[in-house]
Amino acid sequence: MEKLVNVYLFGKKYEVPSNLTIMTAMEYAGYQLVRGCGCRNGFCGACATIYRIKGQKELKVCLACQTQVENDMYVATLPFFPLVKQVYDIETIAHDQQVMMQLYPEIYACIGCNACTKSCTQELNVMQYIAAAQRGDFETCAELSFDCVMCGVCSSRCPAGISHPQVALLARRINGKYLAPKTSHLADRLVEIENGTYEELLQNLMQKPISEMKELYNNREIEK
Amino acid sequence: MYSSDIKELIKKVEARREYNTSYEPARMTAEQKEQLLATYHPDYRADQFELLKIGANKGEKVPHELAEMLQAHSRITADSVNLDDVAYDVDVLVIGGGGAGSSAAIEAKRAGANVMIVTKLRIGDANTVMAEGGIQGADKPNDSPAIHYIDAFGGGHFAAKPELLYKLVNEAPDAINWLNELGVEFDKAPDGTMITTHGGGTSRKRMHAAKDYTGSEIMRTLRDEVFNLQIPVVDFTAAIELILDENGKCAGAVLMNMETKELMVAKAKTVIIATGGAGRMHYQGFPTSNHYGATADGLVLGYRAGAKLLYADTLQYHPTGVAYPEQIFGALVTEKVRSIGAKLVNVNGEVFMHPLETRDVSAASIIRECSDRGNGVYTGSGYGVWLDTPMIERIHGEGTIMARIPAMHRMFNKYGIDIRYEPILVYPTLHYQNGGLDIGADCQTSNIENLFVAGEAVGGIHGRNRLMGNSLLDIIVFGRDAGRSAAEKAKNTDCCKLTLAHIAEFEAKIREAGIETDKVSPLLLPTYSHGNPKRS
Ligand SMILES: Cc1cc2nc3c(=O)[nH]c(=O)nc-3n(C[C@H](O)[C@H](O)[C@H](O)COP(=O)(O)OP(=O)(O)OC[C@H]3O[C@@H](n4cnc5c(N)ncnc54)[C@H](O)[C@@H]3O)c2cc1C
Ligand code: FES
Repeated sequence: MEKLVNVYLFGKKYEVPSNLTIMTAMEYAGYQLVRGCGCRNGFCGACATIYRIKGQKELKVCLACQTQVENDMYVATLPFFPLVKQVYDIETIAHDQQVMMQLYPEIYACIGCNACTKSCTQELNVMQYIAAAQRGDFETCAELSFDCVMCGVCSSRCPAGISHPQVALLARRINGKYLAPKTSHLADRLVEIENGTYEELLQNLMQKPISEMKELYNNREIEK
Repeated sequence: MYSSDIKELIKKVEARREYNTSYEPARMTAEQKEQLLATYHPDYRADQFELLKIGANKGEKVPHELAEMLQAHSRITADSVNLDDVAYDVDVLVIGGGGAGSSAAIEAKRAGANVMIVTKLRIGDANTVMAEGGIQGADKPNDSPAIHYIDAFGGGHFAAKPELLYKLVNEAPDAINWLNELGVEFDKAPDGTMITTHGGGTSRKRMHAAKDYTGSEIMRTLRDEVFNLQIPVVDFTAAIELILDENGKCAGAVLMNMETKELMVAKAKTVIIATGGAGRMHYQGFPTSNHYGATADGLVLGYRAGAKLLYADTLQYHPTGVAYPEQIFGALVTEKVRSIGAKLVNVNGEVFMHPLETRDVSAASIIRECSDRGNGVYTGSGYGVWLDTPMIERIHGEGTIMARIPAMHRMFNKYGIDIRYEPILVYPTLHYQNGGLDIGADCQTSNIENLFVAGEAVGGIHGRNRLMGNSLLDIIVFGRDAGRSAAEKAKNTDCCKLTLAHIAEFEAKIREAGIETDKVSPLLLPTYSHGNPKRS
C-alpha cells in the first residue's frame, strides 16, 4: 500500500498517496478540474499554486502539475491573475528603451525587493530581466526570461504592480523580429520558391507512382 | 532520484558509454521495418479496433475508444437551444485556441473578416504550447521542398494526400519567415544561420527550434498577436455541436460554458475546426504526452454533422515518453534529445537501434525490446529502456544540455535526476492523431461547405505517420490558409436559416444500427481518480 499524507486543499483535509502531484492529488480527492489545468506538464502556466507546510513560516509557490505533495501541505491555487497586457503594433513598434517607458512605465517603479525572483516557478532571475528591460537591453531580457511559462506568480507578489511576463514577451518579440541577426539562406529560399524553382520537381513527385516514390525514399542520401 | 536497484543497472550503461557514443548502429531495411511494425506497433493490434456502423466512414476501422465517441448521443437535442437567440454573430468562428486556431484567426482578421475564437480552456492551453523539439522547413542550401516532400511522404507510408503535402513543404520556408517576422526567437548562429538538426526520418537537418520551448515560444507569440489584433477570445467555452443552415452548409456552433454549463449560439458565415488531438482518449490504455483537452472533439463534431474522416485508425505513439519517475509518467522526452546525440540502450547496456528511425519504427522497436526480447529495464511499475543523455555532452561539450534542452533538464531535475550525468528511462506514449477530418487544398472539408479544418484535427497531410517538426509546421501553413480561405468564403456567404436537424438524423442512425450506448460526446475533458478506491 502507498504511503498516505494529509493535504489541505483550500483548507479542507484530504488523505492522498504521497507519490501524487498537487494536481493529481486534487483529482484523487474528487475534483474535476476545469480551471487551473492545461498542459499538465509544466509548459502552459495554468496551474500556479501557493502552499505552506504547517508550522513553517515560508510561503511557497509552484506549478501544481510539477510538484509532489508533502504531508501537512496547505494548498491554494491561483488559476487566474490579472496581468496587464498592452496592445501594440509589432510592425511599427520602436525598438528602444522608449517603448518600455510608454507601454510598461511601472517597471521603473521596481523597488528591488526581489520577491519576483524568489517566487518564480521556473527559477528565473525575474528582477534581473526587468532591470534589463528598464535599460532597453532586450536581448538580455529575452535570454533571461526565455523559459517563462507566464503563470503570473511573480506579478502576484510584486508591490510595484509589474506584469513581468508581458514585459518579457514584448522584449522577446522585439528581439526576435528586429534585433536577432537576419537569415540570408531563408530569404534566398523564399525568392527561389517565389520564382517557381521547385515547382516542376514537386509537380513531378506528386504524379509519380508509389513504386517510384518508394525507390526514391529508400535510396535517399542522408546528411551526416 | 533513482532507487538503488536502478542505480545498479546504470553501471552497465556507464561501462559501455564510451563505446556506444561513437558506435554507428545500422538503419533498418524497408522489409525489417515492415515486419517490426506489423508485429509490435499498437496500430496493428486488430483487437483494439472496430468498424464504424454509421456515418460517412461506415465500415472503416477506428480505435474502440474513438468509435464509442463518434457513435454516441449528442449532449443536446435540437430543443435545448433557441437558434434565434444568437449570442455571437461573426464572419468566421474559430473553434480551438491552439496554434492552428490562433494563426487562422490572425490571417482571417488580416483579411478583413470579423473573427472570434472559442476555446475550451484558456487560449494556449493546447498541444501547441507543449511542443519542444522543433519545426521543419527546407530553407538550407543543401535542402529543398522536394527533398522535404520525399522525407514526409515516405515517413507517412506513402499515404499523404499529394496536394496537401505539396502545400506543407512548399509553404514551409514562408511559414518560418512569418513566425520570425512576428518575433519568434529561433535558435540562430551569430551570422543569422538557423541552427537546425535532424528529426526521426529526415534526410536533411531542417529542424528549426527555439531551445526546447519551440511550441511555447510559437504559442505565446501567436497569442500575443491575437490580443494585439483585438480578436475576441471566449475562453472556458467548448463547441459541443455544429449548426448547419437549411442547405446543409456549416453556419455556426452551439457553445457551452465549461464552468456554468450555460449554452449559447454562435452564428457564423464560416467555421474553422482547430480542436487539435486526442491523447486524452488514452487509446489502448496508453499514457499520453498531450494537454488536458485533447479529446478528439473536432472529429466528433464534424462526424455527427456528416463530415468524412481520413486515417482515423492511425495514431502516433512517441517512442520516448517518460517511464520513470511516475509523477511524470507518459510525459514527453523530446526527440531532440536523440537529434543531438543520445542513443537508446537496453538493460545490458547495448545500443539496440539507430536513434533516428521514424517514430512508429522506434516505438515498435522499444516495445519489442521490452516484451519478446526481455531486454527492458524494470522501473518498479513497468518496463522501459535507457535514453543515454550523458552522451550529448560527450559529443557536443559541456553546457550543451542547459543551452539546447533546458526544459528536459528541469523536468527530471525536479525529481532528483540530473540528465547531464544520469541516463533516463523511456517507453512509448500516445502522442499524435495522424488522422482526422478530410479536407481539400483550401482547407474546406470535402463534404460540408463552409466548414474548414486546420491543425491536428486534419487527416491526410502526413499520411499514416507524421515526422517530428511537421506538425508545428502544418498548424502554421494550414492555420493561415484556413483563416484566409474562410475569410474569403465568408464574403460570398449570406447566412440563412439555422438548423440542428442533423442531431435527430444521427440519433435515428444510431437506433437503426442497433447501437446501444449511454455515452454522450464530445468528451471535452477526461476524468481521473488516480486509483482512489472510493471512486473507481
Ligand atoms: C508534448 C508534445 C510535444 C510536441 N512536439 C512537437 C514538435 O517538437 N514538433 C512538432 O512539429 N510537433 C510537436 N507536437 C505536435 C504539435 O504540437 C501539435 O500537433 C500541434 O501543436 C497541434 O496544434 P493544434 O492547434 O491543431 O491543436 P492544439 O494546440 O492542441 O489546440 C487545440 C485547442 O482546441 C481546444 N479545444 C479542443 N476541443 C474543443 C472544443 N470542443 N471546443 C473549443 N475548443 C476546443 C483545446 O483545448 C486547445 O486549446 C508535440 C505535441 C505534444 C503534445
Ligand atoms: S498545467 Fe500547464 S504548467 Fe501545469
